Amino acid sequence: MKYDSLLNKYPLPKTLKEEIKQELEKLNVNKTAAKKIIERCYEMYLKNLMEPGEAAGIIAAQSMGEPGTQMTMRTFHYAGVAEIDVTLGLPRLIEILDVRKNPSTPMMTIRLTEEYAKDREKAREIANKIEATYILDIADVATDIRHMRIVINLDEKALERKQIKVEDVKKKIEKGLKTEVVEEDGKLIIQISEPSFKKLMDTFDKLKNIVLVGIKEIRRVIVRKENDEYVLYTEGSNLKKIMRVKGIDFARTTTNNIYEIYEVLGIEAARNAIIKEAISTLEEQGLEVDARHIMLVADVMTADGELKQIGRHGVAGEKHSILARAAFEMTVNNLLDAAIKGDVDLLRGITENIIVGQPIKLGTGDVELIARLGGRR
Amino acid sequence: MKMKLQDHMLVPKHEVLNKEEAEELLRSLGVKKEQLPKIKATDPIAKEIGAKVGDIVKITRESLTAGKSVAYRLVI
Repeated sequence: MKYDSLLNKYPLPKTLKEEIKQELEKLNVNKTAAKKIIERCYEMYLKNLMEPGEAAGIIAAQSMGEPGTQMTMRTFHYAGVAEIDVTLGLPRLIEILDVRKNPSTPMMTIRLTEEYAKDREKAREIANKIEATYILDIADVATDIRHMRIVINLDEKALERKQIKVEDVKKKIEKGLKTEVVEEDGKLIIQISEPSFKKLMDTFDKLKNIVLVGIKEIRRVIVRKENDEYVLYTEGSNLKKIMRVKGIDFARTTTNNIYEIYEVLGIEAARNAIIKEAISTLEEQGLEVDARHIMLVADVMTADGELKQIGRHGVAGEKHSILARAAFEMTVNNLLDAAIKGDVDLLRGITENIIVGQPIKLGTGDVELIARLGGRR
Repeated sequence: MKMKLQDHMLVPKHEVLNKEEAEELLRSLGVKKEQLPKIKATDPIAKEIGAKVGDIVKITRESLTAGKSVAYRLVI
């Protein structure tokens, strides 16, 4: 307590302050000694700050690039959380930095409100509600060519397990196919109006793709117990629709699809998601990269208010300098386009100056000396 | 009950600065408005807090290294 007022005079980060406070409390020193200690800590802190003109981006690139070379290309065979396959390692890192709109293995972690989280049955209920269910999951479907009709033989056990009523199935199919469905001793029958085999098969295909219950993108749901609450893991992701489902604790529900987070929760949430996903990908491979490097990358990717990938269509492709762009990818195209348009390169950046062999504006090269002539004043 | 996107654990605290605060900030940082990072006016959170084009949004992040860090974005 008594050290707070002393510490608050220094512009130290919160975590550092807390650490110093803890140490001081352990030592239980008086005010003057504490002041000296804090003073020294602050000095050390200033010494360890980044120098102006330091090549932060290059250091970040190297710090992430070197461990990246050690990552295996292995993607699957490695069950992620609860039997759901998740892309891992280098492919996943590339996916994050490329801001893929459709990552190869989207996945959601859904947490439930208190009422549902404690009870397995209730958790299962929500799982049933969001999991996409097709007709083939709950019934045998046969085509009857002689009578030009499709016969749906509903599996009652499956219906009960999924808690779906026959009425609802009928309605959904009628809506999806825009035809009438007749119920006949426990079977649903769709009569095809024209005597055309093609029409029959088309209707059959359409029928297979109707989502009877749930959200189309959510292909599979797994219920798992985690620290005395039930959590749902899903294969496939649709944050926008999931957040409207009753019983879901939206504030603690996330997806690994960063673009979706950007669309639903905005740029700052996307920044956090990039950092979290990148760190967990690296950590999972046993690589330790300082969070600061990843934070810098995430900052660059989100600086303009929209998600930009690191690469040709994003950060690197938007550089002003022609030479810098040409040095990255598609050298000939870039140079040719610039030549046709008669562009001028002002040689202000780093890459351009290295290409032409000039000192770069970084570190000590960032300083310019101006001599004042005319003797002493 | 309408839920707030800002309650989500991934979303840090966003606030719109008033005119005096904005001017004070730009003076203390020694930068022009345009040099700040941007946030779109169509951003879901910007919409929720009612930020308009030209406003400056103060974002208080939970930083991994510093515990708490403050960032600013210009609404475009």
